[in-house]
Amino acid sequence: MNADAILEVEGLSTVFFTPSGLVRAVQDLSFTLRRGEVLAVVGESGCGKSITALSLMRLVPTPPGRIVSGTVKLEGRDLLAISEAEMRDVRGNAMSMIFQEPMTSLNPVLTIGAQIAETVRLHRRVTRAQAWDRAVEMLRLVRIPEPAQRAREYPHQLSGGMRQRAMIAIALACDPQVLIADEPTTALDVTIQAQILDLILQLQQQTGTSVLLITHDLGVVAETAQRVVVMYAGRKIEEATVEDLFEFPLHPYTHGLLGSIPHLAAISGAVAERLQEIPGMVPALSNLPPGCAFAARCDRADDRCRADVPPLVELRPDHIVACWHAGAAS
Amino acid sequence: MIPVLQVEDLKKHYPVKSGFLRRTTGQVYAVDGVSFSIAPGQTLGLVGESGCGKSTVARAVMRLVAPTSGRVLVEGTDIATLSKAELRPYRRQMQMVFQDPFSSLNPRMSAGDIVGEPLLVHGVATGAQARARVAALFAQVGLRPAQMDNFPHQFSGGQRQRISIARALALNPRLIVADEPVSALDVSIQAQVINLLMDLQRDQGLAYLFIAHDLAVVEHIAHHVAVMYLGRIVEIADKVTLFRNPVHPYTRALLSAVPVPNPKLKRKKQLLEGDVPSPMRPPPGCAFHTRCPIAVARCSVDAPVLKERDAGHLAACHLADG
Repeated sequence: MNADAILEVEGLSTVFFTPSGLVRAVQDLSFTLRRGEVLAVVGESGCGKSITALSLMRLVPTPPGRIVSGTVKLEGRDLLAISEAEMRDVRGNAMSMIFQEPMTSLNPVLTIGAQIAETVRLHRRVTRAQAWDRAVEMLRLVRIPEPAQRAREYPHQLSGGMRQRAMIAIALACDPQVLIADEPTTALDVTIQAQILDLILQLQQQTGTSVLLITHDLGVVAETAQRVVVMYAGRKIEEATVEDLFEFPLHPYTHGLLGSIPHLAAISGAVAERLQEIPGMVPALSNLPPGCAFAARCDRADDRCRADVPPLVELRPDHIVACWHAGAAS
Repeated sequence: MIPVLQVEDLKKHYPVKSGFLRRTTGQVYAVDGVSFSIAPGQTLGLVGESGCGKSTVARAVMRLVAPTSGRVLVEGTDIATLSKAELRPYRRQMQMVFQDPFSSLNPRMSAGDIVGEPLLVHGVATGAQARARVAALFAQVGLRPAQMDNFPHQFSGGQRQRISIARALALNPRLIVADEPVSALDVSIQAQVINLLMDLQRDQGLAYLFIAHDLAVVEHIAHHVAVMYLGRIVEIADKVTLFRNPVHPYTRALLSAVPVPNPKLKRKKQLLEGDVPSPMRPPPGCAFHTRCPIAVARCSVDAPVLKERDAGHLAACHLADG
């Protein structure tokens, strides 16, 4: 085991049994989250990034979903092999998660303080009063003004940004080693998004928590993460440090993705030119082609791409990619 | 040249009713005095955060809601006060594309019927003639005419947005009001739709009122940009000036908050404190003073007006240097 690894995912596959057939949401996914880092998982809708997050927390709705293979080792302990009772003890404690939509993931009939205190009392031997004090302390930590008073308010009394802060307070109340953040700022306005990302990064540095950040926004990736995993149609297709990925994208999909986003030229200094299009669309996960899932949209694709899934190979230091032609191009 | 669209001091207030007798107990100042104009073939980007009133501006321009006051001039004629029948010929001049390509298409109509409906409603074409026009529109927006008989659920999000655009183009409008047309789409699909909109503008001289919260998208597509905050425009200028030389502190903060996909760029973010105040009780004076990093006592009393700094560059701030 890698000494600075906190979470090791190996060969994870999650499928859904649906009326229209078997949906392979995540296929043979492996990655390592290192201690104290922010690792981003990026991809478009349906690439399997959220199902990956749910699989790590063992929250995949079963049925129709099922984790069919793989291991998820948190400090060497395989979370997929333990009982549900043991897993309940891990969630919100050693590993916790924040979701995209704070309004639907908070309980509308409990006060914010009660929801934080509940988490604390589940995992720590504390009195009610101590748990409440911890709740207020957490609200102060996530910089909610007047925390003692806000703790007695209900989710609907808070703004979207404040609700997301409250979610973060719940997630961090038990000092988790790993925080999974699934699109934590997607529902928020850009000035609020900047506040929340800044908060997550500051808290991460204060507490030493490792963060798995799931997002579709490459701008957010560039500004917050150290390393990044790119997913397409359920598979990891590229992994690199953030600097290397943006400078030397090796997979044609990553390349296309970077070319398709407008860059805010006034700030980045980039020249505004016609956006690069990736033709076509993501294939249906219930009907994946045999070879590389990106082949139908790729201008480099040949017969081998359409027949065989390319393996992940390390082409640059700490930079792996799954493409038959990655070495030839770029 | 007459602007395609000129909006003068547009206001839309919604009454808030409460209590047993549903008495009006307050007003939501959704749009509170907005003015701008769009020249033929140009794009005005209207940006701002949720609740700033940008969608209400779009709806009032389209007369989907009746403005409380102000004038909306379409090629010189004020449509804000026209009756439904009088409004009809002007409706042909302006069409709308909505954000959500799932809820803005009737699931029970075929894609071809959706695109052809404006032709029937306005008596432009029927039968085989209409069908030929629809096929041409499909080709124009990058859909196969063979897909005309499919229903909306058989299309992906990006394709549905193409259907919306084809429907908007059916009557050869001069102006398209696009309310967050790409924000529901994945980035690779977003690029396809942005390129399509820009190609159509180049080929047909369309004017766009392009509403978005994504500043990078607006910078890419717009010629002029207006920034809204709590129902008012706080800064408006041509694109290059607004993005390179913003003077209003809100515009600056907004630009600073946008995540830029370039890890080598280490910039100091200027974070705004707090949230947008409620449009029911906008703060006195400058509505932005509660979050403004440079506010002084005067800002909480005196509402700044939009003042011209350079030709075509207006900002509403007492302190903006420039």
